[in-house]
Amino acid sequence: MAGPVDVRLVHFAFGVRKYLIAYVAVSAVTAILVVAQAFTLGALIPRVFLGGEDLDTLRSALILLAAVVLGRVVMAGLGDLIATTAAVKTSSQLRTSLLRKVVQLGPVWLSAERRTSVATLATRGIESIEPYVARYIPSLIIAVVVPLTVGVAILTQDLLAAVIVAFTAPLIPVFMILIGKYTQAATAKQWSTLNTLAGHFLDVVAGLPTLKAFGRENAQQKRMIEIDDRYRTTTMGVLRISFLSSFVLELLATVSVAVVAVSIGLRLIGGHLDLKTGLTVLILAPEVYLPIRMVGTHFHAAADGMSAAEDVFGVLEQAGPINGVRRDVPCAALSVRNVSAGYPDRAELALAPVTFVAEPGRITAITGPSGCGKSTLLAVLEGFLAPTTGSINVGVVDVRELDRDAWLANLAVMQQDPALLGPTIGDDIRLGRPDVPLAAVIQALRSVGLDADELVLGAATPVGDVRSDVSAGQRRRISLARVLLSPAPIILLDEPTAGLDEAGETVAIEVIRRLAQTGSVVIVVAHRPALIAAADTVIALEPVQVTA
Amino acid sequence: MSAHDVAQWQTPQGGYSSVMRLMPWITAEWRRLLLAIFLGALALACGVGLMATSAWLISRAAQQPPILELEIAIVAVRAFGIGRGVLRYAERLVAHDSAFRALSRLRLAVYDRLAIIAPAGVPAYRRGDLLERMVRDVDAIQDLPLRVIVPYVSGIVVCVGSVILAWMMLPAAGLVLLVSLLLSALLVPLMTARAAADAECASAHARGQLNAEALGLVDGLGELLLTGANAQWLSRIEAADRDVSRLRLRSARASSFAASLGVLLSGGAVVAMLLVAIPAVRAGQLDGVNLAVLVLLPLATYEAVSIMPAAALSLGRVRGSAERVVGVLQAPDLVPAPAHPAAAPAGIPELVLRDVQSSWPGGAPVRLAGDVRIGPGSRVGIVGSSGVGKSTLLAALAGFLPYQGSMTLDGVEIRELNGADVRRIVGWCPQLPHIFDSSIVENVRLARPESTDDDVRIAMGKVGLGEWIDSLPLGMDTHVGDQGGQISAGQRQRIGVARVLLAGHPIVLLDEPTEHLDEINADEVARQLLRALDGRTVVWVAHRPHGLVELDHIVPISRD
Repeated sequence: MAGPVDVRLVHFAFGVRKYLIAYVAVSAVTAILVVAQAFTLGALIPRVFLGGEDLDTLRSALILLAAVVLGRVVMAGLGDLIATTAAVKTSSQLRTSLLRKVVQLGPVWLSAERRTSVATLATRGIESIEPYVARYIPSLIIAVVVPLTVGVAILTQDLLAAVIVAFTAPLIPVFMILIGKYTQAATAKQWSTLNTLAGHFLDVVAGLPTLKAFGRENAQQKRMIEIDDRYRTTTMGVLRISFLSSFVLELLATVSVAVVAVSIGLRLIGGHLDLKTGLTVLILAPEVYLPIRMVGTHFHAAADGMSAAEDVFGVLEQAGPINGVRRDVPCAALSVRNVSAGYPDRAELALAPVTFVAEPGRITAITGPSGCGKSTLLAVLEGFLAPTTGSINVGVVDVRELDRDAWLANLAVMQQDPALLGPTIGDDIRLGRPDVPLAAVIQALRSVGLDADELVLGAATPVGDVRSDVSAGQRRRISLARVLLSPAPIILLDEPTAGLDEAGETVAIEVIRRLAQTGSVVIVVAHRPALIAAADTVIALEPVQVTA
Repeated sequence: MSAHDVAQWQTPQGGYSSVMRLMPWITAEWRRLLLAIFLGALALACGVGLMATSAWLISRAAQQPPILELEIAIVAVRAFGIGRGVLRYAERLVAHDSAFRALSRLRLAVYDRLAIIAPAGVPAYRRGDLLERMVRDVDAIQDLPLRVIVPYVSGIVVCVGSVILAWMMLPAAGLVLLVSLLLSALLVPLMTARAAADAECASAHARGQLNAEALGLVDGLGELLLTGANAQWLSRIEAADRDVSRLRLRSARASSFAASLGVLLSGGAVVAMLLVAIPAVRAGQLDGVNLAVLVLLPLATYEAVSIMPAAALSLGRVRGSAERVVGVLQAPDLVPAPAHPAAAPAGIPELVLRDVQSSWPGGAPVRLAGDVRIGPGSRVGIVGSSGVGKSTLLAALAGFLPYQGSMTLDGVEIRELNGADVRRIVGWCPQLPHIFDSSIVENVRLARPESTDDDVRIAMGKVGLGEWIDSLPLGMDTHVGDQGGQISAGQRQRIGVARVLLAGHPIVLLDEPTEHLDEINADEVARQLLRALDGRTVVWVAHRPHGLVELDHIVPISRD
């Protein structure tokens, strides 16, 4: 974490600048009211205690006090409302920006490893940013505005108290940072042990079926107790150190008030100060430290949001892929010339250079041992991964010159492990083309060998709740049905017969043949013999040469 | 994570009965909990004492008495000033220690229950992310002592003390403070919690929807881009987002109102205190020196009540986790142990399946019609398309699921046997067996703890992992699992088989052990595994008969 505040987030949160200005204004009014309350009380009490006045002569002072209290009430509500509004708007904008960026970066960037973390970030992560914006940032603003105003007010009353406050209040952040720095190294090592221990319970719980399979579930109990003991001892060790910073904060805050109070008392005895000034300063002194202490309180609540914000901006700052501008895609053969590719985070190539032409009306099969880059080639053809060398042309047009969406509109793709989005299978088949009539959907389902008896509710079968009830093989066939309905002239199929039994395989191959007969470019990744036999052209990919 | 789950983890359903059910675990550490409350109350009392004593000191000093008369007050002010920080530090340490100890007990209770009901009784076992959430829920219970009980109870103690102090000086002042604090300690937290719950409730559906759409985008990004549905999907997300924002902003007003009410109660108490105290000073019922003390008391005590709304919010948050934890603790055992378990057959029993039907709770059932006899030492393949429920059948055979029909071992019905006895006979190799965060040798040895390193090495060699082990610099001591190196799905499955080999089960259930291998490798591995399991009964499920040539007998299985 860079510092206590993520400037990008503040910028983003108060991108609508009026919230920032409004909050600072509310804080300033609050600070003035705090001072006014102290002055009113400080003046009022001596008039009763020493002056012997009664309610009737104090009426105006009491009315003023009530007005100040009401003002603080209004400001408290208003401040809360502004902060919450800013927080809600920020999370909403961040979510939209994040998801737009994810769409722009595409599925290759959003690899399987990144998927869960991005999903968590888009839901819980962004929600956790709300307390950061609604509580922590406002507490920082107040911690600057109020102590400064109150400090100046004290200065006008009593120089000595002002000096004490001016020395101690800045010490609080300084000490917190110093102690934080000092303890960081000590705690870092312990935290890593802690994370290992925290993962252990999950590990044991997740492995319970395995433990039960070998009758070992009860033997783990003793180990769990031991590990919990270690967990607690380690955590307490960390806490003893990390609570030190708030200990210093509390200590400085209260000790300073005590010092101010005693010094006022002693000077009152000596007659160097009057009661009115003394009381006013006594009431003001804690108001300097209170906002600073509140920052500490909100800091912990905001910690999750802070790391989530960091992650969100990490994504937003990714450079997006370069997009062409041409939108007219010719209907012609797809020629792949010397194309090789690799993934950004890996040093070696995932696809060795390959050259071939896929003609319309013909089935081109891509084969090769696992790991030779068949799916990588498809990702390059889809434009989700930029080729390292070579080029892909459709007719005479280089695919790089094309707008991504326009290019994708010319493709019908069946992925290796298609996801279902729901709510029903019918919706999934009509994805992107909601106007397709239901009769056509049912027809397509039949053609791929998925009949009503296999899916209890046919096209209306819901997906999502128990995703595993629609098997991987069924998902592939649903995806194939969608390809069947698509008018796109270029068809890419990634192992369309994997996970199918022989009858299913025969049906699928028949469907693919028919697709080619309509004049489409059909490229299939295949490793089962029946599918390879059905192809007109077979391209065997070379395994990637691993250089030491 | 599906839409359904997202909607579920946001809205707790019932009242606070789940929280109350967890109290025995929290209060089991009652000595430490009481000490934490005591220290917390003392720390807060120091804050009140600091302001009250200072107010008295300054007022008295204004009368210019001999300095000796003020010595005690001066010492007290300094003591309170130092005491606050020290006591608070001690309170936090004791409270955390007590919370961790309570959590430790709770975790053990959850584990004990899970050990009985897993995997059938816990839906989480079908979904890794739910499992992780369950573990997080248990951890979240620590907020109950830390952020709810200790701050709230110690705050109440200090409030009572302040009221008594005010009452001793002037009964009417005590009454004013009582009313103000009562409202601050009860009404404001209640309103804050209610506002948050309403906000949660009002927007829960919209948020569930929004999160589901967002997750759909992430899960199905490829499909959405490839079908051109991405723009439409994004605008759906933005519409859902607008709904959520609108509802959240509407409920923000209620929470702002609660925040300002807190300020009104403390400020109002100051004004009310003046209204009762000023005439009392005039009437001689109240010593003028104490006037400042009374006026500052509501402001000083405000600190104790200002943390209470946060405590109420924490309680609301803990509730959801508590409900899910109690749900696990009370989950019924779907495969209860028989009242009078039958004696386990010895040797290699004959396995007979007759019209078996079984399912995971809420899942589609698997049916195996007719009789299947699997004699001692025979190798049987069960083949059916994916999704037909082959893995479910194996889980039932391992005694993990209830079933209809009949499954017998040497004539003894599996449900008549103790689950542990069933699993001593039937060795279960799931598709993806769990790999613990430990060394390879420990991961295999858990099947039979008394086995030596050499036993493990031999078992690994038999399942064809010998070369792989030799290629690792640390060999079998290589750390694998979450924190260690990753291993492939194929290696994982074969570690599962090595475990069963080591444990020596007479009947072995293999769930698509060659699924992650290409065809040439698959045949080779199949032969190797069958050789390694020579002399035992093998039940092998797969979605295509490929690589099953060496089996004695193949049973087809389908949905109907």
